[in-house]
Amino acid sequence: MVTEKEIWQHLDDVFDPEIPVLTVADLGIVRKVEVSPKEITITITPTYSGCPAMQRIESDIREKISEVVDIPVRVTLVLAPAWTTDWITETGKKKLEEYGIAPPVDEPDKSVLFAEPIVVPCPKCTSKNTRMISQFGSTACKAHYQCNDCQEPFDYFKCLR
Amino acid sequence: MNALFEYLLRVGDDSLILGHRLSEWCGHGPILEEDIAMTNIALDLVGQATSILKYAGEVEGKNRSEDDLAFLRFDRDYRNLLLVEQPNGDFGMTMMRQFLFDAYRKPLFEQLTNSSDSQLAAIAEKSLKETKYHLRHSAEWTIRLGDGTEESHQRVQEALDTLWRYTPEMFIDDEIESELRKTGVTFSVEELHASWTKIAKEVFDEATLVIPDNNWEQSGGRKGYHSEHLGYILAELQYMQRAYPGMKW
Repeated sequence: MVTEKEIWQHLDDVFDPEIPVLTVADLGIVRKVEVSPKEITITITPTYSGCPAMQRIESDIREKISEVVDIPVRVTLVLAPAWTTDWITETGKKKLEEYGIAPPVDEPDKSVLFAEPIVVPCPKCTSKNTRMISQFGSTACKAHYQCNDCQEPFDYFKCLR
Repeated sequence: MNALFEYLLRVGDDSLILGHRLSEWCGHGPILEEDIAMTNIALDLVGQATSILKYAGEVEGKNRSEDDLAFLRFDRDYRNLLLVEQPNGDFGMTMMRQFLFDAYRKPLFEQLTNSSDSQLAAIAEKSLKETKYHLRHSAEWTIRLGDGTEESHQRVQEALDTLWRYTPEMFIDDEIESELRKTGVTFSVEELHASWTKIAKEVFDEATLVIPDNNWEQSGGRKGYHSEHLGYILAELQYMQRAYPGMKW
């Protein structure tokens, strides 16, 4: 019988459809894997409520795991505890940076209003002299920044806590 | 009447209808970044509506899915605030509507994270994180436009004057609220109102905007009595499911 650990290993081959360098495990959206003789249950949680990638991720996981087991694979969605960018693994953060997306800056949001802007280093030249262009970027989870030194426009995976 | 079902329709329909309104900006934003921002926020809201209406369907127990509730009800069965169905107007009007709403939703979700109903608490916890970003965005624009040029100030002040009459509806304390409060599902409407007022005052001061002293109130959405605008929204929102019942893609 397949073990839980093996399932986790196979989940390393399921990639995020929007940021294909990250696996679902890197993102920290797989919350639980349960193995029984009759069924495999994999519990995932969405990054953002309206993330359009979730359905795709759900079917990708089912497809991938179904290749390696011959019992039914069930993927369930839970909302609590709510996903946070703290669950992105260290490997995941490194991969994001190499891909050109600034990983979430480890700084809690103290206040919603009138907060000091956070410093996001440029993923290309590492300069800290960058500016936010827009809080909302190409996907729900990213903001849009530009480097004032090398001029590179880049995505920032915004901190969600 | 099932109080929790009614309550979930209120919260879910607010998200659904405002999400739809914002999506109308897609391709029409004043600048690309704002076009993307408004559609991002629309996506969060429609996502929230999906979770909330799905749960509403389960609570109702009549086998209605989130899609059935979103696409197959009549206008009188929608429970959203009149505020969220108001037309987009100019960008200032849209941002003012958004700010008035976000400043209400953040403290509401903060309250609901402690709800005795665990599924509602989970939805609130998830949505709160997104709502913080929405509020920051709409508050910053309110300040930028209010404390901006003569024209931007005038326009956004007019938006506040127009929309102010719809804000008391957010804080109506009725039998649904008191019923759910008994079991700790929801919390004090008065406290919610106080939190909202604090945020609104802080931002309007910074934005040099003046709260209208006209106390005229317009409400009805929570009971299903809507402005004429909702009909047009539903005509577009429901078109596919009405024309091709049960269609999927």
